[in-house]
Parts: sequence; C-alpha cells; structure tokens
Amino acid sequence: MAEPPAEQVPDRMGTRPTRIAPAAPDEAAGAPSTTSLAAGAASAVPMADGVAPTKPAAAGPEPGSAAPSDGTPVPTVIVDGLHVVYRIYGAGTGHGNATAALRRLLLRQGSPNVQTVHAVKGVSFTAYRGEAIGIIGSNGSGKTTLLKAIAGLLPPERGKVYTDGQPSLLGVNAALMNDLTGATNVILGGLAMGMTREEVRERYQGIVDFSGINEKDDFISLPMRTYSSGMAARLRFSIAAAKNHDVLLIDEALATGDRAFQKRSEARIRELRKEAGTVFLVSHNNNSIRDTCDRVIWLERGELLMDGPTDEVVAAYEEHTNK
Amino acid sequence: MPASPAVPVLPAPATVPPVPPAPTAAELAAAHGLTPVGARSPLAEYARLLWGRRHFVVALATARQTALYSGARLGQLWQVLTPLLNAAVYFLIFGDLLGTGRGVPDYIPFLCTGVFVFTFTQSAALSGARSLTDNAGLVRALHFPRASLPLAATVAQLQQLLLSLAVLAAVLLADGVPLTARWLLAPPALVLQTLFNCGLALALARIGARTTDFAQVLPFVLRTWMYVSGIFYDLSRIAGHAPHTVRLLLDVNPALIYVSLMRYALIDSVSAHRLPPHVWPLALIWATVAASAGYAFFWSSEEEYGRG
Repeated sequence: MAEPPAEQVPDRMGTRPTRIAPAAPDEAAGAPSTTSLAAGAASAVPMADGVAPTKPAAAGPEPGSAAPSDGTPVPTVIVDGLHVVYRIYGAGTGHGNATAALRRLLLRQGSPNVQTVHAVKGVSFTAYRGEAIGIIGSNGSGKTTLLKAIAGLLPPERGKVYTDGQPSLLGVNAALMNDLTGATNVILGGLAMGMTREEVRERYQGIVDFSGINEKDDFISLPMRTYSSGMAARLRFSIAAAKNHDVLLIDEALATGDRAFQKRSEARIRELRKEAGTVFLVSHNNNSIRDTCDRVIWLERGELLMDGPTDEVVAAYEEHTNK
Repeated sequence: MPASPAVPVLPAPATVPPVPPAPTAAELAAAHGLTPVGARSPLAEYARLLWGRRHFVVALATARQTALYSGARLGQLWQVLTPLLNAAVYFLIFGDLLGTGRGVPDYIPFLCTGVFVFTFTQSAALSGARSLTDNAGLVRALHFPRASLPLAATVAQLQQLLLSLAVLAAVLLADGVPLTARWLLAPPALVLQTLFNCGLALALARIGARTTDFAQVLPFVLRTWMYVSGIFYDLSRIAGHAPHTVRLLLDVNPALIYVSLMRYALIDSVSAHRLPPHVWPLALIWATVAASAGYAFFWSSEEEYGRG
C-alpha cells in the first residue's frame, strides 16, 4: 500500500456504503467516498475511527498540494453537521382578518403561531469532483431543504456548508421571468450566469435545440407563461446546463420532461461530471438515479440514513418502501 | 465496523452532539480552497462582479420595459404616450382648474420637466423596492450579484426618462422655448440624478425584500415627497414666507434640486436666482452620498436575499 493512487483502492472496499454510526458522528464529516472516474464505479470507503479525513487512502498524496489530475479526490462540497430549521409565521388559524392583526399589533403580542420545523438534522458528508450524487427519501424527508442549504439559499441553524464556487440550484419552482419570451429568458439567463454577450450569442441556438422547445412550433418567441410545465422545466434546465457549473443541484427538474428529453439531459449530466463538476440530483425516479448517479444519499426525517454506492442504497431504499 | 453489512442505522440518539468537531471539516475545506456557501464577497470584489454583469443589467431593463406594453395594441407607442398623458392630466388639474401656474412663465414646459424628472426618481424608488420580490424566481434559480436587480430597475426608468425627455424637447420647442447653450447642462444633471436614484433603489430594495408591507406604504411617501418638491408650482414663491428651518429643509430636498437643475438647463425663463442655494454642490453631494450609502447598505445583506 505504498502510495496507491485513488483509482487503485481495492475493490473489496468499493462496494460498501459508509455506515453512519451513532456513537461517532464525526465519521460522517468528510468521510471520503473515493470516486474512481477511470473505472466508472464509485467506492465508498468506510473509515476507521481516528483516521484524519484529509487522508483518504492509507498513504495517498497530500490533498491540496497535488494537482487534481493525479487521482486524489478533490472535495467540492463539505456539509458539516448541518441543521436547518424553518420558522413559519402565521401558522395556525383564526388570525387572518384585519382586526385580529391590529389587536396583535396594539397589544404588542408577537405572532403566537410561530412554528418551527426541524427539516435537516445533523447531516454531514463530503462530495468530490466528478461525482453525481443522488438524494432519495420519501416526501418531506428534507431533500429539497438540503439542496437549498447547499446552494446557500437557506441559512443553517447549526453546522456549515463549504463549497467550491457558487452552487447552482435548479428546481421545479425556479421560474424565470414568465412575462418575457423564451428567447429573452435564454439571453437573460445566460447573462445572469456570467456569460459574455458573445458566448450567449454562440450558445443560443444550442440551448434552444437542446430544450426541444421549437420542435413543434416557434414557441421560443412566446412568453414563458404560455408554456406547459414540462416545456418550462425543459427550457430552465437547458439554460442552466449550458454553463459548466462547479456544483449543480437538480431538484426534480427532469421529472416533467418527456423520455427523449430525459435521455438528453442524462447525457448532459454525464458531460458536466466529466468537466470536473459535481452534480446532485433529487428524484423519486429510482431508474433515473441509477442511470445518472454513482453515489446515493438516503434521507429520512431530516437525518442521513445511508450514504454509499447507488445499487446498494437504492436497493435498501426500495426494500424499505416496499415493506 | 468497516465489515458490517449495508444496513440502515437508526437515527443518532439525542444525547449525542450531532455537530462533529469543526476543525476537521473546516481544515479540509481550507486545504482545498472551499468557502462557506452564501458568504458575500468583499465590497470591492462585489463591485467587480457587478461590473461583469453590466450587460445583464441593461438587457433585463430593456426586456422589462418592452414587456410592460407588449400586451397593448399600440405596443411601444405607450412609452411615449404615457408621459404625454401624464403631463396633460396635471396641466388640466393644476394649470387650468386650480390655477397653480399663474405667475409662472412657461408653465407647460415648467410642469412637464418637473413631472418627467420627478417620475424618474419616483418610479426608480418604487420598482427598486419591488425588484427583489418581483424577481424572486430569478434570484432562486441563478446566482448573480443581487444588486443587478435594483440597478436594472433604475436603468429601465432611465430609458423611459430619455424617451420622455425627447418628447419634452419637442414640447419645449413647440412652445417657443429657445434652444440655448444651457441645454448642455442637462446631461451632467441627469448623471447626478441617476447616481442618486441608483443609491435610493438599492437601499429601498433591501428594505422591500425584508419588509413586504413596505411596498404598500411607499406610494404614499412618494406622493408626499412629490407635493413638497414643487412639481406643480414654483416652490420659491411659497417658501419665501416659511420659517428659516422649513425653508432650509425644502431647499436641500434632492428631488427639488434635480428638478430645478433640469428646469434651469432646459427652460430659458427659469433664471439662476430662482434656483435653490448651492444647487450644484448639493446635487453632487446627494448623488455620492446616496450611491455609496445605498450600495453599502444593500451589499451588507447580500446573502439574505431570495430566502424563504
């Protein structure tokens, strides 16, 4: 085991998911799931207590000092004991009318119905460059909240999220500008992501073709409010995928597209990974997770249940849901 | 333990602190140059990022301005018709019916200039305050310096004002106002007012993003501001009788300053002694103070926008 590059991590270690032990929560932080791009298979390396997470292989090259091309996994997202708590104001009933609002204001009562929802509870993991990570779990298990926190849109209650650059979140609710045409949205989206005007001009046709919006008619020159939800989702994905992101977070965005578009977007996700990005994919479609992801994180009630290679985690999840 | 089978484990008991020792993750992050997500860039770096998005700001402003009238049959003609109709309404009410224009030479040019120039500040403030909530979808979908949005709102209003000023120039010349060298003072006055409006829009955008009730109150504040800014009447005649402090307050009002400068630049009969005292230094001070304070105020909350 003298200086083995990460690709040569023995296979017997490569098929085992990281087990999160309750007694040693720090294991979860930075447990290096060494991804081997060359072999095309993921390997989650279980860690013994006390091994510094900065040294993935027994005597691997020092991370950070070496170039990323030598096989050392380069972390792109570190989620460290993340807790996210929502505070919902005005939950409950009977306070919707004007007099009640005025009375509350005069009596200087705070809103009595502030509810808190502890949506993500102490999740820790490390994602590496080139990985595509699926996030699975039943509805309301905190998947979308986790993505929003990674994207920096929700402040953590406790814990920290470190990322390489600014992650981009691509969700079903992320409407662009509905009263503007699809064409204008493509141009504005490209400029907003930091492309130059020339880059936008060059890629415009590619984005429109990829989205397939114009296959049936000249829909790109219509306002986006006239689009069906599937068309809008396709255009949004096409715009966001036109740029190489360091970290791309996809939240169910592919669910609405038709089969042909799903195939295209899966191919594009693979391309993005090759271009040294990290992709997170939330989906309820286990087949789409199997096709695109090499590592899967299973969330349930805001807690990380399992983190490991796709086949095993998805199998365990299916077993759990079919019970 | 590494040899254990792939079995989902139970959630951690509540007694175990769920936060792992911070140094390990932080060290790993530091070793690879990862930064805490959502942290805002330093003030100067932010300005650089913003400059990189200048084409986005202009494109967004133009798109918004075009979309505004895209549903109407007359389309973009409304960009010109709206200011004209506005001026006509004010002329009818304040000039003809109430007679506020009596004693003001060139009342129509005086009124139109005032209305157009004040509308620029007013609309920039209003659309700036709404810019983050109106574009919430964009904010949550893509990452870009959020200050682009209030700035785009201001640029959109500037485009509208330039059209209005073209209309105004036609009205002025038709009304017999001579074309003088003083018209050259209009561009610098406009630049200073635009700077002031940018700062105002940035500051109001931050308040409007946090307090949604603000958008309901703002129109009343702005209307009050319009009435004390001498848009429909010559303020210098009325303020003459006011106590010294009131007069001082009326005279440093930025809206009055920018409106007066534009009137002085464009209308021949508005003489220099009718301008508020120290008008150019005050215009410059307001522009720099508003722009820098608004920018810093907006920036200091950058990572909060788009939440919830």
